[in-house]
Amino acid sequence: MSILVNGALAEGPEDPRVSLLDFLREHQGLTGSKKGCNQGACGACTVLANGERILSCLALAVQYEGQEIITIEGLGTADNLHPLQQAFVEHDGFQCGYCTPGQICSAVGMAAELQRGVPSHVTQALDTSSIGMTRDEVRERMSGNLCRCGAHNGIVDAILETFAEVTE
Amino acid sequence: MIPFTYYRAATADEALRQAGTGVRYLGGGTNLVDLMREDIERPSTLIDVTGLDTGIVEQSDGGMLIGAAARNTAVAEHRAIREQYPLLSRAIVAGASAQIRNMATVAGNILQRTRCLYFYDQNGTQCNKRIPGSGCDAIGGFTRNHAILGASDHCIATHPSDMCVALAALDAAVHVRGPNGERKIAFADIHRLPGERPDLDTNLQQGELITAIELPAVSPTARSTYRKVRDRASYAFALVSVAAVLDVEHGHVRDVRLALGGVAHKPWRAARAEALLRGSPATVDAFIKAASEELSHARPLGDNGFKIALVQRTIVAVLTQLTEDLA
Repeated sequence: MSILVNGALAEGPEDPRVSLLDFLREHQGLTGSKKGCNQGACGACTVLANGERILSCLALAVQYEGQEIITIEGLGTADNLHPLQQAFVEHDGFQCGYCTPGQICSAVGMAAELQRGVPSHVTQALDTSSIGMTRDEVRERMSGNLCRCGAHNGIVDAILETFAEVTE
Repeated sequence: MIPFTYYRAATADEALRQAGTGVRYLGGGTNLVDLMREDIERPSTLIDVTGLDTGIVEQSDGGMLIGAAARNTAVAEHRAIREQYPLLSRAIVAGASAQIRNMATVAGNILQRTRCLYFYDQNGTQCNKRIPGSGCDAIGGFTRNHAILGASDHCIATHPSDMCVALAALDAAVHVRGPNGERKIAFADIHRLPGERPDLDTNLQQGELITAIELPAVSPTARSTYRKVRDRASYAFALVSVAAVLDVEHGHVRDVRLALGGVAHKPWRAARAEALLRGSPATVDAFIKAASEELSHARPLGDNGFKIALVQRTIVAVLTQLTEDLA
């Protein structure tokens, strides 16, 4: 069985101990996804699995055979940035850049969750059909992605600028 | 991580056929894979059960049946759950991060280990949960996050789930299949207090597989919510939490269900408080008395005495919130 990675079929690992993160970085050479804590606390390894944001460090690659993974390399390239990557540049959404691929993959998944009405801890009314992309909602929904440089304000600005129209 | 064999089960029957010594069922992996990497969990075989039932189905009796492999996010966002069991949606979105909620299954959330930082500290400390009989270095150590109710001289860890606190308050039932057939376990009986065997978190027998969670119907006049108090605004375990279902009629408590998180080795059903409240006036004074009674048997450790007053205030605040704007 293989895994569809950024649109290309990749043979899954033989050893079931290989995490999805190590599979992407070491087997596929896709080093955009980062190993921060390797224990599910920082969000630097966030990728999209069938469109849902997940932590690739806590995922066994074998569990994702037959599924579709999108990494930062599948969202944009140096010559053709994803709109959110461009917004990160414009809003100083990073300093060292280590958490950035995870932040961007996470935000793309987050925007889809908000669009389909997934509630968050700060959503006031659970029975509403549409939830606005407010600063508070974005801050709460992105709390699984830490930025040691403290660029969170720029990150939230970039996300709001890129996705605000999604819910309006 | 030691080597293991991996199977993906297409059906519950297939999963059960593979069950045996050293075998663990694998959901989202957010706790189990982490503990395997730390060499704390050392299964010889993993049976991936994420391909089993993910349905969330309304029942003819007004309840709901949630497939064991349903992801936490899928439950929290489900329209009928949000409308009929708002405390469950609230509890789920108060837990972990969105990425982890997208991975974690309902059964996996229930079966995550009751734990503390000493449990993880394999090379530095003793832990009866890791190695029975080795001792507990948490006792007399840093105890800010530890239990105030139901702890033992062998273990003072707390169950970290938010979702489970809501399920405890809802009187959920857990559907289980095992080598000896099927059974249905009341949610209050799934998890254990530590006693002399803190290595056992649950009352499940070897090979038993959770297949579904059943939510009984809630009175249409009842209100419910979940409140979590933690050291930072998001992505932190509860210091304390309260799940409550309150049904008030003519100013009196017709029914109340209260469960507490962050205070014990399992989600703590506040039965003493409930007994005092049933039939009593739905007033702040009554809430304060009930909360005080529930915590009258609490045993603070060195650093967690603050939890006693904190959880009492949180109980009162939650019940007061649920009585706001009642005629």
